[in-house]
Amino acid sequence: MYDFRSIYQAKDVADAIAALQRDPEAVLIAGGTDVLIKIREGKLAGCSLVSIHELRELSGVTMEEDGTLSIGALTTFRDVTYDPLVQKHLPVLGEAVDQAGGPQLRAAGTIGGNVCNGITSADSASTLVALDADLLVRGPAGERIVPISQWYKGMGKTALTHEEILLAVRIPKSHYQGWTGHYIKYAMRSAMDIATLGVSCLVKLSADKRRAEEVRLAFGVAGPVPMRAPHAEAVCAGLPVEAAAARIGQAALEDVNPRDSWRASKAFRLQLVKELSGRAFREAGRKGGARI
Amino acid sequence: MMQVLQMTVNGRPVEVGVDPRESLLDTLRNRLGLTSVKRGCEVGECGACTVLVDGKAIDSCIYLSVWAQGKAILTVEGLQAPDGTLSPIQRAFVEEAAVQCGFCTPGIIMSAVEIVGSGRTYTREELRKLISGHLCRCTGYQNILNAVEKAVELCHSHAGNEA
Repeated sequence: MYDFRSIYQAKDVADAIAALQRDPEAVLIAGGTDVLIKIREGKLAGCSLVSIHELRELSGVTMEEDGTLSIGALTTFRDVTYDPLVQKHLPVLGEAVDQAGGPQLRAAGTIGGNVCNGITSADSASTLVALDADLLVRGPAGERIVPISQWYKGMGKTALTHEEILLAVRIPKSHYQGWTGHYIKYAMRSAMDIATLGVSCLVKLSADKRRAEEVRLAFGVAGPVPMRAPHAEAVCAGLPVEAAAARIGQAALEDVNPRDSWRASKAFRLQLVKELSGRAFREAGRKGGARI
Repeated sequence: MMQVLQMTVNGRPVEVGVDPRESLLDTLRNRLGLTSVKRGCEVGECGACTVLVDGKAIDSCIYLSVWAQGKAILTVEGLQAPDGTLSPIQRAFVEEAAVQCGFCTPGIIMSAVEIVGSGRTYTREELRKLISGHLCRCTGYQNILNAVEKAVELCHSHAGNEA
C-alpha cells in the first residue's frame, strides 16, 4: 500500500489540467517509476496524485509533414527504443533510453517523465539536449513550445508550471537529418544503476567523411542540469575527425561543472568528461561512416 | 474508499475490490492469493514481483492496481496446464537447476515468458541484458541464464506443433 491521500485518474489532457488547477499541491503521475519511489521513500508521502497513466493519446512516435519527429510524452523507454521511426532516424535516442534501469522499468517509465523530473542523470537528457529537442506543453492558456535549452531550471526544476502537462518531445528534421550520434552511460553496474556521467555526442560529417563539419556534445551529471558543451563544439567544428577526437575531451573541460557526490568525486567526473567525450565522438563518427 | 476493478488474471475474468493506494503486487498477493508474485525491494529494483500486463513484463510493486483496469495479467500460477504439467519454460528451470532459494524464480520465469513469446532467438549477451532487471540473492545467475537459453530453444523447437 502506498502512502498517498488520493488519486484522480484523468480522462484526457484537459481533464488532467483541470484537476491540477483544482489542487495546487497535486502531483502528476505518469509511468510511476519515479513518483511511486518518492512516495515509498517518504519524500512525497501523503500527496494527492493526478494520474495520466492511461492517456493512450500521449504515447507513440509520429512523423509530421515537415519531417519533425514527435514522441508522445507517455511513450515508454521500451517503445522509444523499438519504434521503427526512432530506429531509422534517431537511433542514438533509442540506444540512450535503452540504458535506463532494467527491462521492466523501461516498459513502464516514460520519456516525458524522464524529462519532467528535471534530473541531470536522466538517460534521455543528454541526447535530447544534444538534439536540441523542443518540448510541447499544454496548460490552461493553451500550448507552447519550450526549447530544451530553456527547460532545465535547476536540480529537479523545469520550465513546466504546476498546471501544465508535457504532450510531446519534438525533434525537427534539421536536428537529426545528416547527424549520427552515440551515448555513453558511465555507471558502476551495467543495469539498474544511475549514471555517474552521461555523454551524448552527435556529429555531422563532410561529404568525404573526413571532417567533422558540426559537432554537438552534451552531458548529464556534469553539472546540476543536463548541459551542452558549446566550447568543445566550437573547437571541433570543421576539424579533421582524428583531430576533433583528440581535442574534444580537453575542450569539454571548460564547459562542465561537476560536483563531488557519494557516487563519484568531481575529479573523477572530470576525467570521465575528458575520456568519454572522445570515445563518444569516435563512435558517432564511425556510425556516420568516418574511418576513425 | 474501495474501488472495483475488472481484469483478466491468468486467463480468467476477475472482479476485485481494491484500495486505490494498492500496488498490483498487493492486490495479486493479498486479495487474489497469487503468492508466486514476490514482495522484494518494493521500489522496482529486484524484479521479484515481475508479472506480465498485456504481455509486457513489469514490476508489479511500482504499478498501481487501478491502472490494471481492463487489462490481462499473467503470473506463474497461469503457466502450468490444468493437470499440473509444467510449461516448457518452468521445466527448463528445473532441468538446469536454476532454482536455489527460489525467491527470484517466479519473476525471472515471467520475463522468460515474454522473451520466449517474442519468437526471436537471442545471443547469451542479449539474454543477459533481458534478465538484467532481476536480482538473484543466491547469485545463481549462470544456471538461470542456461535455463532461459534452454527455454528459448525448447519453445522454438516446438514451434509449429503447438508449443
